[in-house]
Amino acid sequence: MSSIPIEKGLENSSPHQREPANYLTVDWSLKSWLTTGDHKRIGIMYLISISFFFLLGGISAGLIRYELTSPAGRVLESETYNKIFSAHGILMIFTFLVVAIPAVFGNFLLPLMIGARDLAFPRLNLMSWYLYMIGGTLILGGMINGGVDSGWTFYVPYSSMYANSNIALVIVGIFFGGFSSITTGINFIVTTHKMRAPGMTWFRLPLFVWAMYATSVVIILGTPVVAITLLLIVFERVFQLPIFSPELGGDPVLFQHLFWFYSHPAVYIMILPAFGIQSELIANFARKRIFGYHFVAFSTLAIAGLGFLVWGHHMFISSQSMYQGIVFSLISFLVAVPSAVKIFNWTATLYKGNIRLTSPMIYALSFIGLFTVGGLTGLFLGSLGTNVHLTNTYFIVAHFHYVMVGGSLTAFLGALHYWWPKMTGRLYNESLAKWNAVLVFVGFNLTFFPQFVMGWMGMPRRYHYYYFAPEYQPYHLMSTAGASVLALGLIIPGFYLLKSLANGPKASANPWGAHGLEWETASPPVTTNFEQTPIVMDEVYDFDPVLEHEQAQARKALEPTGYEGYEPGALAEPKKDESDLGGKS
Amino acid sequence: MAAIADAHGHGHDEALHHQFEDMDQQNEAYLVGMWTFLVTEVMFFGTLFIIYTLYRSMYQMDWYLAHEALNIPMGGVNTIILLISSFTVAVAVRSAQRRERNLVLWNLGITLVCAFAFLGIKGVEYMEKFQHNLYPGPEFGRHPEYLHGAAPNFAQLYYGLYFGMTGLHAVHVIVGIIVIAYLWVKWFLNAKNVTLDYVPTEMVGLYWHFVDLVWIFLFPLMYLMPKP
Repeated sequence: MSSIPIEKGLENSSPHQREPANYLTVDWSLKSWLTTGDHKRIGIMYLISISFFFLLGGISAGLIRYELTSPAGRVLESETYNKIFSAHGILMIFTFLVVAIPAVFGNFLLPLMIGARDLAFPRLNLMSWYLYMIGGTLILGGMINGGVDSGWTFYVPYSSMYANSNIALVIVGIFFGGFSSITTGINFIVTTHKMRAPGMTWFRLPLFVWAMYATSVVIILGTPVVAITLLLIVFERVFQLPIFSPELGGDPVLFQHLFWFYSHPAVYIMILPAFGIQSELIANFARKRIFGYHFVAFSTLAIAGLGFLVWGHHMFISSQSMYQGIVFSLISFLVAVPSAVKIFNWTATLYKGNIRLTSPMIYALSFIGLFTVGGLTGLFLGSLGTNVHLTNTYFIVAHFHYVMVGGSLTAFLGALHYWWPKMTGRLYNESLAKWNAVLVFVGFNLTFFPQFVMGWMGMPRRYHYYYFAPEYQPYHLMSTAGASVLALGLIIPGFYLLKSLANGPKASANPWGAHGLEWETASPPVTTNFEQTPIVMDEVYDFDPVLEHEQAQARKALEPTGYEGYEPGALAEPKKDESDLGGKS
Repeated sequence: MAAIADAHGHGHDEALHHQFEDMDQQNEAYLVGMWTFLVTEVMFFGTLFIIYTLYRSMYQMDWYLAHEALNIPMGGVNTIILLISSFTVAVAVRSAQRRERNLVLWNLGITLVCAFAFLGIKGVEYMEKFQHNLYPGPEFGRHPEYLHGAAPNFAQLYYGLYFGMTGLHAVHVIVGIIVIAYLWVKWFLNAKNVTLDYVPTEMVGLYWHFVDLVWIFLFPLMYLMPKP
């Protein structure tokens, strides 16, 4: 480690010294937030916004699950049901998953990790948040004023000619959201290329930065395509331009091609950042350099590249040519190779690692299991024969939830717990967080594993009723029970994280003893991130067990600072601290 | 892309933003950012060109017949106007590098005039198409003589794409007008961040060249179809 900033961090956390203003305390006015160019503040603003949209998406998921506990439905009309599951998909994908990790953690961490003062274009970054908020408002406006019943895929000609719902407004909202993504992507690409600190070579970049870079490439290549494709639906609905109209000789399947040309890579926009977080968590809590760093970095790029060549596997039954299907199926299997490289390398990193079962690590370990299930079932769906049997059943629903929720959301929660002390300067209740991570894992599996089974048996997705086949009810009941547990597991962190803001113990600069530039500055960082531009002289994830032990001893002699002790039993400390500090404040 | 000579004062440069170390880094970042943005624009228009390619290959004869109603002289004049504007923008960028303020103002001014002329001519063309009921919708093809014998359905598809693509291009021209006008005002007011540093001018120039380039593809594809 270039060691000067570490000492600074320790100084800052000393209770006897008056703290310098950090990025949160430098100005309290609302105006200073709404006009800020600070990537850290924009990350926090995104965190609050996406949590709001996630809550709405979660409520719609809850409604779906409640409705399906009875084969004849419970409270919703069929049309309302269609609008609810469309709302769930649109909110979760366009306002949460695509945005969540890049806009919150990418924004907050990318400049910190590469030793920059800010992203290359701070005002563009702020604009992306406003675009996101405009987009989100329009989407919500459309959903309240008429709703959308076409599903999140907006297949024509239903969406362009027949649907009576407010599709145009929602699509315009998604269009704004797309521009928000594009501006973020451009910002990340330029920042990674041009803003790295001296000594921060490409192969010293943390893997999260690699993941952000690959994600940004996918964003800038894919998002414009879906933006214009969806806009063409608006053109057809509002200006009568008949681009996909089959009555006039247009090709609705062309819409599907263009839609999936983005929307399959969009899966990688959601999961690549999760891979990046995963690499950080595994390396730092196994206290080992990631096994095969270069392979993991390049597999990220390989996934980003191959991800653009597999969109046809969403269309095996959409009248696409059989030979096309074979090629798409083959390339889909090829994507499994770099994904498996990652899984194996994380597992190999754990081997003989000094593993610490902290709450972020529990999320990281559950990610490995859940993503493996999600990825392998993806191979079932990428095979031409089984796809015909499984497509449009709950099997596919379970598959992509295992990837999106079991993958992205789990990684998001892991990242939230891992970087929370850095972002807010506070420590939360770690033992509660650990139990909660287990709760999320259990709730998630209980929700979605039964869906694999009933999907395999033939339960179609998007159906409001299943009175024709009441034998599916037990699976739906299990799933709904699991959803309740999962909901609990998502609400509890809200409480203990917010509580930590009020009276959590102060975090030191590096409460996890982690490796990386972001841990060398104060928690929370100052507005300019570093006191002086750091010079990087060591390799990435360069853990030295002997030195670490000595540092830990030295730090312990100074003061108890939180979680940094990695000896058994040391994790009980924060709780004690909390009660101490709680009494004082 | 080396920055201008006196841009190397460390942190004292008025055009330098706080997140950058020096003008070199800032200018390179700006240019990489602009090119990345243009990549997204290529993907944006590329989608429409894909749709165009597919449909044209499906309905070659009908599209050929439908396209005969387009006004080639007007489209040709518009092409020349845009090429002139691209030239003046290139001269403006060169003048910005040499800090010849008057030349920049004149050339950006001519570019603006060209852009407005382009939109004016495009507007006249659109009016004509509306009058001839060539805009897609229930009224389409009420005057069959303007379809030149093309099947109304496929002709409607053609005009759907014609209005979609040229319309989006026109939106880009309007954005270009706003950006160039803003730049012109900055030069006129002698704002230091454009007069001391040519990169903002170059970025606007890149955008305008792109808008021009899209038209260079649109014009032959829409107006100059060979008989199949």
